[in-house]
Amino acid sequence: MAQTPKELILDPMVDNNPITLQVLGICSALAVTSSLQVAFVMALAVTAVTAFASMFISMIRNQIPGSIRIIVQMVIIASLVIVVDQVLKAYAFEISKTLSVFVGLIITNCIVMGRAEAFAMKNPPIASFIDGIGNGLGYGLILMLVGVIRELFGSGSLFGVTILETVNNGGWYVPNGLLLLPPSAFFVIGLLIWAFRAWKPEQVEERDYKIQVVEEH
Amino acid sequence: MPDENKKPGLLRRFLDTPPDSVGKTVVVAVTLCLVASMIVSAVAVSLRPVQEINKLKDKQINILQVAGLYSPGTDVTEAFKVFEPHVLELATGEFTDQFDVNTFDDRAAADDPELSVELTDDPASIGRQAKFVTVYLLRNEDGSLDKVILPLHGYGLWSTLYGFIAVEENANDIFGLQFYSHAETPGLGAEVDNPRWKSLWRGKKLYDENDVLQITVAKTAPPAGQEFHVDALAGATLTSNGVDNLVRFWMGKAGYAPFLESVKAGEI
Repeated sequence: MAQTPKELILDPMVDNNPITLQVLGICSALAVTSSLQVAFVMALAVTAVTAFASMFISMIRNQIPGSIRIIVQMVIIASLVIVVDQVLKAYAFEISKTLSVFVGLIITNCIVMGRAEAFAMKNPPIASFIDGIGNGLGYGLILMLVGVIRELFGSGSLFGVTILETVNNGGWYVPNGLLLLPPSAFFVIGLLIWAFRAWKPEQVEERDYKIQVVEEH
Repeated sequence: MPDENKKPGLLRRFLDTPPDSVGKTVVVAVTLCLVASMIVSAVAVSLRPVQEINKLKDKQINILQVAGLYSPGTDVTEAFKVFEPHVLELATGEFTDQFDVNTFDDRAAADDPELSVELTDDPASIGRQAKFVTVYLLRNEDGSLDKVILPLHGYGLWSTLYGFIAVEENANDIFGLQFYSHAETPGLGAEVDNPRWKSLWRGKKLYDENDVLQITVAKTAPPAGQEFHVDALAGATLTSNGVDNLVRFWMGKAGYAPFLESVKAGEI
């Protein structure tokens, strides 16, 4: 585990992306990507929580009893999420209204737990902090990509700025309503994973089983 | 040579205990919970004033918007002073002095068994209805009534929609309808927030000449005529039905009808 800080940040972007490679954190990626602004704030919130949770867990990693380690991690993560939620409610009220329950659901985001358990329990605090930032940004990258596609073609705008004037507002673009509904994020993420693995074939997982060849021709 | 008899400090001894012993597990769990709860409550308490202001401001912005007085950059607190808030008793349609209008909480009242009634005929699916609500009056410069802004809520497809309706001084013409809190489907039911759809409400009438409630949200115009009809949202039948139900409920006998009668009579 002798990764440099740069590797810790860049590795989760493409080579070890939490969404496309590890397929974690899908639930919130479905829910918050219908508009870019919301996706952006969500990405920031997840990054902050992952980074600080990893750091604090790493600080006390040698004192955490193995039998209750998951609960200890959850307590730290949950507290951080509540703090983030409260700060959003105080300083970004409009956005916290649209994010509603999804900020609270960062607690159940597998990326945060995954990094705590896989990295922070075995590495020093600063490396864990940077690893948390990297994974949060890797998650954010996919969120933004999905958000661009969904908002542009679903409501004809980016960051709330109209790009394609929709018919509802007297323009020409008929928005694709499906893209505003959660299932569309499944399709978009699926296509993204496909694209990533076509670009980097080493990410393709090995088959769990092979069809047995009975007779060779 | 280290002093063999000198005991290490309490903290040192604790840190050296193997993490998996029962004592340490308990101590770690309790300490962590204490520290975490203290941090969380400190943050919650210190940010509460800012959050309360945000909530109040959000509500005020919505009231200003429904009355057509809001544009981005307006000083909300200053602009809001034009309104005259009152606590209204629904059954009688009269204002009451029982409560302080600045602290009266409509939503809490709807949950309070003393201050609310359980509905048997409940088209808006709200369960309990408060006996008292806060309404806002907007007056012209000469003191005559300009508009009344009335809160309303009811169930759509996924969520309860909370909003305000602004009614002109003749107690019949709608000036605007706006929801400030709901969780309807984005792109379909959530189009209740679309400015184009909201603008359909302006100038519609609530009651016909015989004082029968006629306003409706539907796909086609009712026999009573276009001026009572707001086009339903395409692809959002259940949300539209919900809006139809809640507007008709709150404008009807169980809602603001007694109050609107006294508005019409010029008593307010």
